[in-house]
Amino acid sequence: MSVDIEFLKSTPYFSGLDAAQLESIKRLVFERTAQRNEFILDEGEPGEVLYFVVLGAVKDFKTSAEGKEQILRIIRPGESFNDVPVFDGGPNMASAAAMGPVVLYGISKTDIGIILRDYPQVATNVIKVLAGRMRHFASLVEDLSFRNVISRVAKLLLEYAENRKKPERPRLTQQEMAAMVGTAREMVGRSLRALEEKGAIKIDRHRIVLIDKQALRETVGELL
Amino acid sequence: MVQMPEIIRELCNGCGLCVTVCSHNGLVLINNMAVVIETVECDYCTLCEAVCPTGAIRCPFEIVVEEC
Repeated sequence: MSVDIEFLKSTPYFSGLDAAQLESIKRLVFERTAQRNEFILDEGEPGEVLYFVVLGAVKDFKTSAEGKEQILRIIRPGESFNDVPVFDGGPNMASAAAMGPVVLYGISKTDIGIILRDYPQVATNVIKVLAGRMRHFASLVEDLSFRNVISRVAKLLLEYAENRKKPERPRLTQQEMAAMVGTAREMVGRSLRALEEKGAIKIDRHRIVLIDKQALRETVGELL
Repeated sequence: MVQMPEIIRELCNGCGLCVTVCSHNGLVLINNMAVVIETVECDYCTLCEAVCPTGAIRCPFEIVVEEC
């Protein structure tokens, strides 16, 4: 399948580039697909490719020696992953796996170097992307260090529901929610029941319905 | 159509724990593989997902805001 220039144009990396520049970059992009649970890259392996999600969702995660998973990010269409090892030459910081069928665009480390050399605007865009990434991880550290489990679950629900403009929000299992907020599956279940008892949410079979966002925000504000 | 738990066939080892724990007849073993039976009796309790030792059962949730 041919690489879609309109998609490239819409990504933060290539924002502000003209049609001729995008055509030139397009030749360096390849397409890859993956199915649910398929690993796209492994933590610790050499970082050779920068990926963009075109369709579907990918989870970026680390795994402990005991097999416990911590999801760092869920990457949605238009967003990139594996940026850091491509730029600093180190190994992959985390593993990445498809959360459902996905279509990806990839650019090799060598070709990213060419793009940055030939189009300095891209470097400026990358700085903004990585700055935003830093904010995300600072927030994650804050949550894991200072918020109790129910606050973290409440925050996850609020952020997930409020990002309505973001496409491809995958449905989440309790195990996935646990991996995102750094707790055990059972604790997510208890937190959801507690939030339901508070009247903040209603669990309607496979739907978690946020009915009192203010109550959720107040729960998010509860620190350790 | 009733939203039911999802089985990842390649992960199912046919242990039958999900069938045992389900009190709503939503799961059966066929040819040593768990199969979901669509039924309105399923209340999406997610016990099948919790008890599965291989992660072969998924009970995903949509997270939505109540429309006023």
